[in-house]
Amino acid sequence: MLGRLLRVSLLLTLPIAISVILVSVFTRAGETVLFTIGPFDATAEGVDFAGQTLVRLLAISTAIGLFGLTTHPAAFVLDLERRRLSPRLAFIALNTIEAVPAMVERAAVIQSAQRARGLDTEGSLRARIRGVLPLVGPVILSSLTEVEERSLALEVRAFGRPGRRELLWRSPDDTVQLLVRAAMLAALLGFIVGRMTGVVPPTP
Amino acid sequence: MTLELKAESYRYPGYARSVLRDISLTIADGETVGLIGPNEAGKSTLCLVASGLAPASVGGELRGTLTIDGEPMARLATYELAERVVVGFQNPNTQRSGIAATVFEEVALGPMNLGLRIEETVKRTWAALRLLRLEAIAERNPARLSGGQAQLVGIASLLAMRPGHVILDEPTAQLDPAGTRLVAEALRQLADAGTSLLVAEHKTDLLDGLCTRMIVIDDGQIVRDGPTADVLADPMLVELGVEPPARVRLQRAFATAGLDTTGGLEQLVLEEARTAATILPAALEDNR
Repeated sequence: MLGRLLRVSLLLTLPIAISVILVSVFTRAGETVLFTIGPFDATAEGVDFAGQTLVRLLAISTAIGLFGLTTHPAAFVLDLERRRLSPRLAFIALNTIEAVPAMVERAAVIQSAQRARGLDTEGSLRARIRGVLPLVGPVILSSLTEVEERSLALEVRAFGRPGRRELLWRSPDDTVQLLVRAAMLAALLGFIVGRMTGVVPPTP
Repeated sequence: MTLELKAESYRYPGYARSVLRDISLTIADGETVGLIGPNEAGKSTLCLVASGLAPASVGGELRGTLTIDGEPMARLATYELAERVVVGFQNPNTQRSGIAATVFEEVALGPMNLGLRIEETVKRTWAALRLLRLEAIAERNPARLSGGQAQLVGIASLLAMRPGHVILDEPTAQLDPAGTRLVAEALRQLADAGTSLLVAEHKTDLLDGLCTRMIVIDDGQIVRDGPTADVLADPMLVELGVEPPARVRLQRAFATAGLDTTGGLEQLVLEEARTAATILPAALEDNR
């Protein structure tokens, strides 16, 4: 579980992390120059800033990853609905969560099909970029078609009907979960009060 | 519950050309109708229009009337149609809501949306699962099923709404032979249970024996409407690029070979087998 969580968090962080490192290390002004590449100076201050940003990013992506790994989408949607959120909004929230892995899966299928027709998706970075470009159109178009067909399929099943629905089940919410939630909320409030009163110092 | 479509024309939004023209279609309660035709003939559009989704949800312009038991469907909201007419599409993945953790929950989604009491939802869900023999996979994740199973779950989800008419647009188009067999068996059970069906299909073998009536559509117009045996034996199908079922092709092959099939294929095959049974022992003895 911990290994999966780390993998998911790193995957979520990686694309932004690369740009953060490049931009912070090489463009942030500082007095301690570590090394120079062409016109760019890598500064210790830049490295420090990049490190802080990465830790924040990792904290956010770990929270998202942990949510994704521990909460079944159906449980999430039903619980939102139980808390009086519209089924439509719950559906949008869920599909947003599921959109990324679904698109990755579809891209893999289309990539395999394109490879079978001789598209080169391996080799140098340039060749890879050239190989990815023909995938973009089919992935986006097929996603849009699927969304349209799925919304029609849901309409057929009276998804647009106004009014409350009687839900099949309630997601379990035991004492431990309640206590953990209360403790986390208390910690958050404590942290905010701490920062406001100066007990918790701001990050440099 | 009679579904009646009289359409002068239907065109999609943003298009000037009509995809359907001069359509007159009536489907009576419990009738099983097959819809065949070449690619781009208008089969899927006819399914969308007959189900009331076009133009209500899809958009476009329908010149004509669509009624159910004499009541214009245009006056009803899409969710109000759900208990009268439902339509299933060819891609099993897009039939899935994506918000259900199990097959049971997936099938129960429709009845739940209707605002039924939980007991009724559960009753309808089990009934639909039982009819399609899906009880064994009720607890499975709907996203992890084979194509055939997923399509059956899609059909069960429609049946749980208890509609008067079920319209299916190429339900086996993306399935392998095993999946096609599963769906074909399920459709036979539906027909036996008295559900009214309109099934658009390329696989005429599936429709032969399932449907009592067959409609041929070409270039947006109904060009033939009649009893299944007559329509499927019509040479016009080959001209339109629609492959007749194996039974018809076999009959034609026998006829070309000069064999008489007027007593039926089974009779002919039996006679040929009897002849072979009398000739074979002697032939084998001669070759020994």
